[in-house]
Amino acid sequence: MTAQPTTLKILTVVTVLMLAAATLMVILYAPLEAVMGQVQKVFYFHVASGWTGMLGFFVAFVAGIVYLITHKRIWDIVGVAGVEIGLVFMLICIITGSIWARPIWNTWWTWDPRLTTATIMELVYAAYLMLRQGVEDPDRRARFGAVYAIIGFLSVPLTFFSIRIFRTIHPVVIGGGDSDATGSFDMTAKMLQTFMFSLATFSVLFVTLLWHRIRMGKFADQLEQLKMKLLA
Amino acid sequence: MEGPANTLTYLIAGFAVIFGIMLIYLVSLLSRWNNLRKDAELLKELEKKE
Repeated sequence: MTAQPTTLKILTVVTVLMLAAATLMVILYAPLEAVMGQVQKVFYFHVASGWTGMLGFFVAFVAGIVYLITHKRIWDIVGVAGVEIGLVFMLICIITGSIWARPIWNTWWTWDPRLTTATIMELVYAAYLMLRQGVEDPDRRARFGAVYAIIGFLSVPLTFFSIRIFRTIHPVVIGGGDSDATGSFDMTAKMLQTFMFSLATFSVLFVTLLWHRIRMGKFADQLEQLKMKLLA
Repeated sequence: MEGPANTLTYLIAGFAVIFGIMLIYLVSLLSRWNNLRKDAELLKELEKKE
């Protein structure tokens, strides 16, 4: 395996610095929300995690299409990387949402359309990783993964638009929302700046993790091919 | 007039989850890298023997 590229090293350092800055912005710079208090600050990383999770699933969707066209193994590696990172961040999004809901909705969980669709989406992609394990042949596994990632992606727009389509108690912070939503708030300039910086930070974090994960996937693929050559 | 609710515990729990899960994922990536490196060394030795 080749040495880590300098650009990736720089990107990793930038990501750590941005994450530290975003955390400080959330704690020290963003003002305290008048009703919800400190727990509202979870919102910045909760939404950013959801965005990163969906970005991961989108990357897997695109990689799936490209794999089916080109049959190049690299796109299978990109797809797995996207799903894996997407799952991690979507899990963060779901759990932090539940923590926020406890003092605001007075419950850890409710089968609201957004929470339900997000959970289904997480399970769909968790199944992707589990089912892949059951396919031995790398080409069949890649083909299966590509088709699954494309079909599974249907759950992403469903989750994203669920709070805009269905009657829900989940707040829609951007673009207004349902008057029934509990925990809505209007963002001040400082809140908006913190929110945008958090989104940018998590996007950079996603790119960095994706790059690292793809490098690892390529290395694992090389070893798998070497193993097959030795066994042949 | 009442001030904001005291929800600091939930904020701390939220941040613990965010950084906890990220840390677990990073450790999992590092551990898998190390295992792959060990496998690579083993495969190189086997290749030499053959």
